[in-house]
Amino acid sequence: MSANKESWGSRVGLILAMAGNAVGLGNFLRFPVQAVQNGGGAFIIPYLVCFLVMGIPLLWIEWSMGRFGGRFGNHSTPYIVDTMGKHRLWKYIGVFGIWTNIAVAAYYCYIESWTLSYVVHSVLGTFNGMDQEGVAAFFNTYVSIGESTLGIPLEAIVFYVLCLLLNTWILSKGLAGGVERVAKIGMPLLIVFGMFLAYKGFTITAGEAGAINDSSVGLNFLWTPDYTQLWSPTVWLAAAGQIFFTLSVGMGTIHCYASYVRSKDDIALSAMSAGWMNEFVEVVLGASILIPISIGYLGIDRVTELVQSGGLGLAFKTLPFLFTQWGEVLGAIAGVMWFGLLFFAGITSSLAMGTPWMGFMQDEFNWSRKSAAWSFGLIVLLLGMPTVLFFHYGVFDEYDYWAGTVSLVVFALCESILFAWIFGIDKGWREIISGSDIKVPNIYKFIIKYVTPLLLLFVFIGALITPKANDWGAALSGNWELDDSSIIKKLMNSGLHRQIAEATDPAVIAQLQDTLFYVNASRILLVVVFLSIAGLVYIAYKKRVREGKI
Amino acid sequence: MNTSALVIMLTTMFTVTALTVYFFWRVLNAPPKPEPDSYLDNDDEPGRQEHI
Repeated sequence: MSANKESWGSRVGLILAMAGNAVGLGNFLRFPVQAVQNGGGAFIIPYLVCFLVMGIPLLWIEWSMGRFGGRFGNHSTPYIVDTMGKHRLWKYIGVFGIWTNIAVAAYYCYIESWTLSYVVHSVLGTFNGMDQEGVAAFFNTYVSIGESTLGIPLEAIVFYVLCLLLNTWILSKGLAGGVERVAKIGMPLLIVFGMFLAYKGFTITAGEAGAINDSSVGLNFLWTPDYTQLWSPTVWLAAAGQIFFTLSVGMGTIHCYASYVRSKDDIALSAMSAGWMNEFVEVVLGASILIPISIGYLGIDRVTELVQSGGLGLAFKTLPFLFTQWGEVLGAIAGVMWFGLLFFAGITSSLAMGTPWMGFMQDEFNWSRKSAAWSFGLIVLLLGMPTVLFFHYGVFDEYDYWAGTVSLVVFALCESILFAWIFGIDKGWREIISGSDIKVPNIYKFIIKYVTPLLLLFVFIGALITPKANDWGAALSGNWELDDSSIIKKLMNSGLHRQIAEATDPAVIAQLQDTLFYVNASRILLVVVFLSIAGLVYIAYKKRVREGKI
Repeated sequence: MNTSALVIMLTTMFTVTALTVYFFWRVLNAPPKPEPDSYLDNDDEPGRQEHI
């Protein structure tokens, strides 16, 4: 008998936990940057189209797969997909749904620990009196581990371990008593903090408190539509990618959460509610904070330069400086709210990442909830330490690329084919509408069968063979040279090899060669973890055979 | 703000907010299912007990 006796406390709690799982740092840091880089206001058109034809169908697929698997006592993807596909290989494809979470949690908890640390620093007034370079240098010092900014030895590691301990402790309290309780507190607070910061983002006046632009300049920069971009495949791929990552689909967490829902209870409306809640946080709150505030104080040129390195830099190297312009008290409050908001966005997602592993160990090996939770914490600690210690050698980025990006697309593509073509769209459709509290439009039967898998295939192929400089026009006219960011070139380390060949300074060459070593080592580590989980799935399979369950 | 940016921003924000509120409102007002259901909090509510 499985030791797994988990249950959700309430439907609202489940929806908040699902929304919390989807709402992450990317809602505030990735979406506005993607919008700015891909057509401004026009980006919202492909973005919402992709939400309707890929996001919502994937949410319904994953919720119904999870609920279906839960009926047979399966609470993690290896045996959830095994109940739907007859071929024995499916359960090994399901390994992605545990592996991804462990690998992503390993580096995600590190970012989460930065937000926790920055809340403390905002309260202590560390950033008061610093200029922007000072705040940026502070971040670089923080992640280089060697020097402490608080007087605590190995400060970044201490906060990382604290953050992991907090995650593990909450997970050990179970779904209703831990995960759901955090979502019920964290999500409303996140929205309140977000609304306060969005209000500030909308009310910046040039000449006041050091601002050089009105809010309208930043909002114009973000929302002015460039409709010519709508014809670019790059923009559509970026929109599809953003929808994909913002909803946390292809990870296995939604399956796990939904596996505790009984078959007579609704999933269609709950999935819509959680999905649109995520969109509200991303489009309404996420778009109103980072870019308008940054442009209000730094101007368009400087922000255009800063967004090239992504939203993380703006969030940790720039905003703390901008908040200090509002005075010591309001600056501290804004800092606590901004990093508190990011912390809640992060922890509600990282908690979800622990549940598939816990569900698997409880189902297959009768582990208690506490043992499963603490084993997750230990594995994440061991796998995460290289990202903390060798942050400057690209280990963090490797985890993010393979586990946090490629793996999601691969798994989502596989599950959409399994659901619509192998399990069968008729059976799948019955699963979606069973117990539904809304009328699901019949057009989605067609979309789930044809449009969603095809779109996912395009996203995957687009990532696999990305043309140089994302120039699809040149590529389609015959000159298809691969970009260094394509999966194939990434696999070959082409970018790093080219940098080594072009470098002349021996110190730079040595640094790049070290980076190459750590990049390859982290890939090997990730493969070992994947194979280990696959080994556990095999042992579980043998155990099931011995016990006469198969 | 320029007109096209304002139109896009307000339309998007209004639509997304309205749909978020609408679906959450539908959840809050959905008719209760008889016990046993998936949720612990309403296990003891007399109106939800299934009569066999």
